[in-house]
Amino acid sequence: MTEQPIPASPIEGDMETFGALADKEPQKPPRAQWKDVWDQFRKHKGAVFGGGFLIFITLAVIFGPYIWNVDPKTLDIRNKDWRPIYILLFDADAKAGWAHPFGTDQLGRDIMAQMIAGGRVSMAVGWLAMGLALVIGTAVGVLAGYFKRMDFWLMRFTDLVLSLPVLPLVLLAVTLFRQPLRAAYGPEGGMFILIVGVIALTSWMQTARIVRGDILALKEREFILAARSIGTTPGKIILRHLLPNVISPIMVSATLGLAVAIITESALSFLGVGFPSDFPTWGKLLADAVDRMQEYPERVLLPGIAISLTVLSVNYLGDGLRDALDPRIRGR
Amino acid sequence: MLTFTIRRLVLSIPTLLFISLVIFGLLQLAPGDPMAQVPLTVPPEVKQKMREALGLGEAWYVQYWKWLVQFFWVEPLVFFDWLFGTEFSSGMQRVISWQTRSPVMDIVVQRMPQTLWVVGLAYVVGILIAIPIGIYSAYRHYSLFDQTGTFITMIGFSIPPFFTGPLLIVIFSVYLGWLPSIYDTTHVVRDWESFKVQFFQMIMPVMVLALQTTAQISRYMRGAMLDNLNQDYVRTARAKGLRESVVVMVHVLRNSMIPVVTVIALGMPAIFGGAIITENVFKVNGIGQLLLTALFANDLPMVMTLTFIFAILIVLFNLVADVLYGLLDPRIRYD
Repeated sequence: MTEQPIPASPIEGDMETFGALADKEPQKPPRAQWKDVWDQFRKHKGAVFGGGFLIFITLAVIFGPYIWNVDPKTLDIRNKDWRPIYILLFDADAKAGWAHPFGTDQLGRDIMAQMIAGGRVSMAVGWLAMGLALVIGTAVGVLAGYFKRMDFWLMRFTDLVLSLPVLPLVLLAVTLFRQPLRAAYGPEGGMFILIVGVIALTSWMQTARIVRGDILALKEREFILAARSIGTTPGKIILRHLLPNVISPIMVSATLGLAVAIITESALSFLGVGFPSDFPTWGKLLADAVDRMQEYPERVLLPGIAISLTVLSVNYLGDGLRDALDPRIRGR
Repeated sequence: MLTFTIRRLVLSIPTLLFISLVIFGLLQLAPGDPMAQVPLTVPPEVKQKMREALGLGEAWYVQYWKWLVQFFWVEPLVFFDWLFGTEFSSGMQRVISWQTRSPVMDIVVQRMPQTLWVVGLAYVVGILIAIPIGIYSAYRHYSLFDQTGTFITMIGFSIPPFFTGPLLIVIFSVYLGWLPSIYDTTHVVRDWESFKVQFFQMIMPVMVLALQTTAQISRYMRGAMLDNLNQDYVRTARAKGLRESVVVMVHVLRNSMIPVVTVIALGMPAIFGGAIITENVFKVNGIGQLLLTALFANDLPMVMTLTFIFAILIVLFNLVADVLYGLLDPRIRYD
């Protein structure tokens, strides 16, 4: 507005000299924040591939059973030990065919169906454990950052949990509490609750720390003061003003949490303390195949590659998100 | 700095007590019964006596207190006696394993060297590979080396050790036959030949563990170098006419090592945790495998002690990282 008072000269030519001082219109159309984020995100090729693959694998395990209509638990002992379809390329006499594209295992169960069923469990554990850890971490972080009274004790508690030995404790909890939860919720349901709970309870701390740090800084900003001065309650301030502003660190730690949860679940299954033995998960399929990997390497490779690719794509997604959500990097 | 270290040491005592209480509480809540393997013909009153002999009849706080005394007082005394040949600990009750009926710490001491050798060597190898990679890919930012290096470390970061382990075994033990698939802990190094055997059997477990370390540390190293390479003091150093090698390897490297050293210290406990899986894959009988077998056998004193040793490692290396940070970076003052 300060440019306006320049006395407009009646002569048109003078407008040119003064006109340089005032923009007649904005040089660029205004841009939404999330469009900027998306543009930056698209520049990171790995992140785009990662995100695409993650969506693909999630959809594949959700809708896979409707397309590949084979029960993963049906035993068909006459058709055991089929090789995957690509073996036909090297060896035309191999026992393989389109009936079982990934082959069958030593009991004749279809490996493709098992991979889909296993992926369902692994991804469900991953997403749920990550979501739960995020909720706990964000809650602790917001409470510690916003309410000064709770800060000291909540953060001491977070530090204490951070120094717990995670893998030994997870192993401990899963082996020791297997029986009662099985009795209460059935062999699969009980184990599912246990694994999700244990992973979530041991992986919320980083989120809490990051969120607390951001809240501490945001709390001192003018818009919070303004909100408070018109009488907004703390609950509303947190929901309306603080949480939307810490969404980006939460998203980045979500990707990390997903990767950690998938790996932990597979590691537990691999060590033989996870789900019951006839219940396929990627880690379980890998562990079962290790004994005969000399003859049937594909049974180790397929679940191993599935785990690795999923985790790799999640990690790349996290990398891209971190770049895209950081306003200092964005626009460069 | 000294007062800070002492303060941190004192603060770590309640931390450790809390952790031991958490582990103890978990074990107390657990429904597993160490008497489950005793034949059904044994009468219940005898079973009750056996239970008491194991120390299970007492209230939980008595059990917890006794474990604390045994771990923090009796075991150090035993160690002292062993060092100096004294007799302070004679007649004192040690932490006894329910599996073997021998003191837990004796078994841990037997198993420790295997784990330390494999884990320690893996960590050193991992760091030695990671640091040059990190330096070079930061120096040649966005070059082909940097791109492939970042890609490979990302893969190393993402592939879990329980997949790389079997994969390497299939390739190098089964198809190529170069390396043994099982780590033989009874092997004794006497001469050059036996050293070669030891060397070959260590390659795979060490490399599997080192891959994780390398991936993590080279990422940090690259990031730290990138932060420092754009600083003003680097331009000043170049303007003074210092050689490029001096600028990068002395000025920038020394400043970039500050965060990396702390990451190295902080990563130490995690790699012990990762060793549980690697030991399982390569059949190394270290403490990770000991923990697993103890868990399956419901050997609670052993599980408690081992988990607590892992906790001590974490707390200790956190402390080391904090102190190192203060020592290396003069800008940080804790006092």
